[in-house]
Amino acid sequence: MIYWNSFSDFLAMGGYGLYVWGSFGVTALIMASEPLLVARRRKATIARLKRQLRAESRTTDA
Amino acid sequence: MTDRFNLYHYASPATFYPLAGRLIPWFAALAAIFGLIGLYIGMLVAPTDFQQGEGYRIIFIHVPASWMSMFIYLVMAFWAAIGLAFNTRLSGMMARALAPTGALMAFLSLWTGALWGKPMWGTWWVWDARLTSELILLFLYIGYMALVAAIDDPRRGDKAGGLLLLVGVVNVPIIYFSVKWWNTLHQGSSVNLAKSSMAEVMLWAMLLVALSFWMYSIAVAFARVRTLILERERNADWVKAELAGDRP
Repeated sequence: MIYWNSFSDFLAMGGYGLYVWGSFGVTALIMASEPLLVARRRKATIARLKRQLRAESRTTDA
Repeated sequence: MTDRFNLYHYASPATFYPLAGRLIPWFAALAAIFGLIGLYIGMLVAPTDFQQGEGYRIIFIHVPASWMSMFIYLVMAFWAAIGLAFNTRLSGMMARALAPTGALMAFLSLWTGALWGKPMWGTWWVWDARLTSELILLFLYIGYMALVAAIDDPRRGDKAGGLLLLVGVVNVPIIYFSVKWWNTLHQGSSVNLAKSSMAEVMLWAMLLVALSFWMYSIAVAFARVRTLILERERNADWVKAELAGDRP
């Protein structure tokens, strides 16, 4: 079922290893970091909006 | 007729926000499942290509990324048209939420294309119609993001950005048909409805990865649009309640 004879064969990609893994590596890096960046931005935004909300309620209370 | 499914109901940020939140884990899970199966078939099961050796395996991300880069742009242009025609609030936010993912897909298309071109054509880059129009697509994404970020009033930003998206949409068919219209170094399409030039197992792997990229893009765009909704609707009572309730 598995096409490769050994793991080193798989890594070598018939001599195209640099090109194949260069493609897959950068894709994996981007698709792993994008959701993390989105989550970080979300956290920062929520924290900022909460601060603004608290500041607002203080001024209306006073 | 009040029980009829009402699309306008979900066009309101207040109802779309929780809906998107519930859907994100499903799309993320589907992205992971389709991606793992697709890569398993493509990288471990599929045989070698008789012309390109193992180098052809770049196709399993190159084609899905290229498709997504074009498709996301079309979806953004669709939202731009809806926003300009009906002045709906959510449309502009949807377009903004999709743009970074579309830009990354266009970048990945070019990056994997360069890494594929080098061993097969002997060059990272040529100014051929397919490659050049895809580069223009990347610039359109970046231009759109820069434009909407530079305009302080978000609704005006949406309108200006929407106009740019609609003008730029002419580029998408140019990318798609470039290999037919011009004599390009880039090969013609490997997949079409009538007859595909790819072996079936390779085609399946590619389609599964494409499906995975699709689910991934929806999940990321939904996550991004939820943050945009909170920012823009911060004066609405439901957002204040959401923030006070400390729900994620």
